[in-house]
Amino acid sequence: MIRLTTPISEEQARALKVGDEVLLNGKLVLSRDIGHKYMKEQKPEWLKPILKDMVIYHCGPVVKKNEDGSWSFVAAGPTTSIREEPYEADVMDTYQVRGVIGKGGMGKKTSDGLVKTGAVYFHATGGAGSLLAAQVKRVVDVHMLEEFGSPEAFWVVEVEDFPVVVTMDSHGASLHEIVLALSQERAKALTR
Amino acid sequence: MAECTIPTLTTMDVVESKSVLPESYRADMSDLPSLDITTAVLELIRRTTSRLPQDVIDALVKGRDAEEEGSRSFNTLNDMVRNILLADGHVTPLCQDTGTDIFWVRHPYGLSQRLIKHQIREAIVESTKRSWLRPNCVESLSGKNSGNNLDPFHEGHPVVHFEEWEKPEIEVAIMLKGGGCENVGAQYRLPDVAIGAGRDIGGVRKAIIDAVVKAQGQGCSPGILGVAIGGDRVTGYEKSKEVILRKLGTLNPDPKMDQFEKDITHDLNTLGIGPMGYGGNTTVLGVFVEEMFRHPASFFVSISYMCWSSRRRVMTIGASGEVSFD
Repeated sequence: MIRLTTPISEEQARALKVGDEVLLNGKLVLSRDIGHKYMKEQKPEWLKPILKDMVIYHCGPVVKKNEDGSWSFVAAGPTTSIREEPYEADVMDTYQVRGVIGKGGMGKKTSDGLVKTGAVYFHATGGAGSLLAAQVKRVVDVHMLEEFGSPEAFWVVEVEDFPVVVTMDSHGASLHEIVLALSQERAKALTR
Repeated sequence: MAECTIPTLTTMDVVESKSVLPESYRADMSDLPSLDITTAVLELIRRTTSRLPQDVIDALVKGRDAEEEGSRSFNTLNDMVRNILLADGHVTPLCQDTGTDIFWVRHPYGLSQRLIKHQIREAIVESTKRSWLRPNCVESLSGKNSGNNLDPFHEGHPVVHFEEWEKPEIEVAIMLKGGGCENVGAQYRLPDVAIGAGRDIGGVRKAIIDAVVKAQGQGCSPGILGVAIGGDRVTGYEKSKEVILRKLGTLNPDPKMDQFEKDITHDLNTLGIGPMGYGGNTTVLGVFVEEMFRHPASFFVSISYMCWSSRRRVMTIGASGEVSFD
């Protein structure tokens, strides 16, 4: 088990390999569909210091506003990442992001982006909303809440020992491709 | 990393102590046209979003224990079980994607569907305020979130199906179906040359295998498949969801279809996709198949994929107003 704290350096990201189990600490920035379209098309400057060497988490949380005005995360598992395939490589390049957390894996374009930028794709357990929300220790900030709505806003959170698995690395390897090829081969045998 | 958790949910006493229904609550069934079940539906949502059915938990545990201890697939299934216990204990959503909220209401003659639909919508708004549901209803083109889980103009969300029946009681079934698994559902039109599927049970089998291979881990495997053979494009998909209300481990009333379900479940679990697509022996928890009639020219196989967090429940309001949940 590897323990990493954000911000992550390019060197640290490049040292990670497919199959590594990692516990993430420090800040994560949440973003999904609308946010990715916005980042690719408008390239907002204000996000640059927030995202540099950071990890983006594909997640639309269930949140609760506390009486003192602060926020809590109630459920916060990963959403399907492949929807961000058209955007992710450009986002990582523009903002020098070192990691993306999601579920289901991503495609060739993102894989090439990981190699170019020096970043990794972390997989979290889909559906584990309560378990992963318990690792979110504090909601630090939220951007574009009004404009995008709570599932799509840029939430900045602090996590402790957030459990993920590296399924795509900066050397072009992808666990998703390996499993896909294996299952296709077995399906062929089943339907011969 | 985590110890192997023995899955014991909180007792029904605890669940009932947190109920939003007053003690010894009874719905007033004497006046069906003005019946109000808003609070009962709120309680149905509360239980469904935070507590997974026991048959699903049992299947996940069985899957976990069939994986090699300490393997990625074992750890992943164990995390799922830990998540189930946390959500139940805290009465918080099992998953942040509280899904498309689908209801099936079966009721006796005399009830107002218009009023019941309104009450279900009220219960959805209240559940969203209480953070039991995420606001999951956005305008298609602008992406703007309605904020309260209601489709204000077309009443497209929540989805409510009604059916009048001869029984005196009311049954409200609910399913919270996440977007990730909804996206990997598939409809095949047989014959399908691309996958070599003809218009027979062998063709149905090929369609199911193809859909699961294409889905990989993206529907949050291990999934539960609902399959409708026949119907039109709409009724086939509708039926494929409704069959997922069945409990895992229950028999298909058609013995041949029951055998088919068992065989295809076994075959799918040899694909090696595993929990979350990390590889492993547990790719599906079960497959439910129902055959419908069809137009002679059309042969659809409609497949709905339900994630491992199969949030479903049935509430029954008896003839004298007593409410029970299963």
